[in-house]
Amino acid sequence: MVDQVLTIAIIVGQCLLIVVPLLLGVAYTTWAERKVIGSMQLRQGPMTVGPWGLLQPIADGAKLFLKETVVPSGANKVVFLVAPMLTFILSLIAWAVIPFGDGLVISNINVGILYLFAISSLGVYGIIMAGWASNSRYAFLGALRSSAQMVSYEIAIGLIIICVLISAGSLNLSEIVRAQSGDGFWYIFPHFPMFVLFVASILAETNRHPFDLPEDEASLVTGYNVEYSSMAFALFFLGEYANMILMSAICAILFLGGWLPPFEMAPFTWIPGPIWFILKICFVLFIFFWARATLPRYRYDQLMRLGWKVFLPLSLLWVVLTAGFMLAFDLLPA
Amino acid sequence: MTAPLFVFYVLAGICVASAVTVISARNPVHSVLFLILAFFNAAGMFVLAGAEFLAMVLVVVYVGAVAVLFMFVVMMLDIDIVAVRQGFLRYLPVGALIGLVLLVELVLVFGTLGVGEVPFPAAEPTPAGVSNTEALGAVLYTDYFFAFQLAGIILLVAIIGAISLTLRDRGPLKRQDIGKQVHRERSASVRLARVESGKGLG
Repeated sequence: MVDQVLTIAIIVGQCLLIVVPLLLGVAYTTWAERKVIGSMQLRQGPMTVGPWGLLQPIADGAKLFLKETVVPSGANKVVFLVAPMLTFILSLIAWAVIPFGDGLVISNINVGILYLFAISSLGVYGIIMAGWASNSRYAFLGALRSSAQMVSYEIAIGLIIICVLISAGSLNLSEIVRAQSGDGFWYIFPHFPMFVLFVASILAETNRHPFDLPEDEASLVTGYNVEYSSMAFALFFLGEYANMILMSAICAILFLGGWLPPFEMAPFTWIPGPIWFILKICFVLFIFFWARATLPRYRYDQLMRLGWKVFLPLSLLWVVLTAGFMLAFDLLPA
Repeated sequence: MTAPLFVFYVLAGICVASAVTVISARNPVHSVLFLILAFFNAAGMFVLAGAEFLAMVLVVVYVGAVAVLFMFVVMMLDIDIVAVRQGFLRYLPVGALIGLVLLVELVLVFGTLGVGEVPFPAAEPTPAGVSNTEALGAVLYTDYFFAFQLAGIILLVAIIGAISLTLRDRGPLKRQDIGKQVHRERSASVRLARVESGKGLG
């Protein structure tokens, strides 16, 4: 009995150890985004609340928390309220398999990357349910756009992951990182075109600029979440940013060598693995902000064309090339 | 009761309950949502049985792709719930008959064999030290290569069939050629003209 209680306590502790820093990370990602975009546009960003606006995310959170949750009278109440929860929960449970360092992972399952892929393919339900349950034309259109977009770009992401899997010879995330050890042989170097495609695809998968068609303010008045207010809206918002961080983490694991330092020598190996991992996540997140500050939004047909006619053939070609190269030079991992 | 058994009963209970709700829910969108819940619990049971690859593929393919399409169709259709209710009684005998046939088959199988007996030799268990996904991958591309390719070709034929069924000639379409647009020069599209007042360009 004591053993079981202890096990459960350890599990709860591990969950809190992931979730609390993650939520703080999400809060400060929003802050960092506003600061970065501010600098790029020669503004200061949030400056009023706290020193350098550091308390701004907390003020925003408190504001959303204290507002009234409005459920539209024509809405399907249960589905309407389940949708934001689902989005938020899905963005959290994926972190169970992310390795923060050598052996620093809650659940070291053998099909880790497939698990992540499965969870990210569920993300579309939060949006689709929100759009349908709102009983509003704008929300519904936004949801339809978003689901078509996410399903399209998932295929490219799947093929890009296959390229990495062929090189690493494992579906286990820790093994994928270990396969990249050795001096600077991260998969970004042999698979550089796939890294570019992957970053563009995760922008589309998380519905971020320049692919943020679902919340296109100009034509859809922010799309699927137009009817949401207060905490329900905040959950969508948190889910979106947690997904951004998650996708950046996946990118860091697949292409940037996870927790590994860039060179296996003295000044680099002094810094512990998790710090390297977080730095790499920040690097990919910076690309997210950078894209948002500089690129114009795609038109919907251009977005679909890019996904199906450019990314899909290119990534398929790269899978064949990778497999052929590995086979020809006898490099396939046993 | 051990913990895995307890988890199994929870998953199986939710799975059966949501499967019943799929056919009894009034709103078709709710039906699809419960179908997804049923798939999800089935995936959980696969994990319990040690078939983690099957579990993930079930979620990726059925929940992530097939059910999204169901959802699309059901949300777009303007279904009259009353009409569906009336059909329920009419089709009940057919459904009951199919259920009966399945039941009789199950009773025949288990009645003649007894639980636990297997008429065919069971497949080789996964060799020790090899993960289930690795073992699956190793036999899929070697021993069952022909069947695997055949499945791929059948899927390809199905894709081509689906496209050719829905593709129809809609007359002249305005197509966009990105390359052409990018290579358009200023001289080909803009002409500066000095227009004299009262005359126009002519």
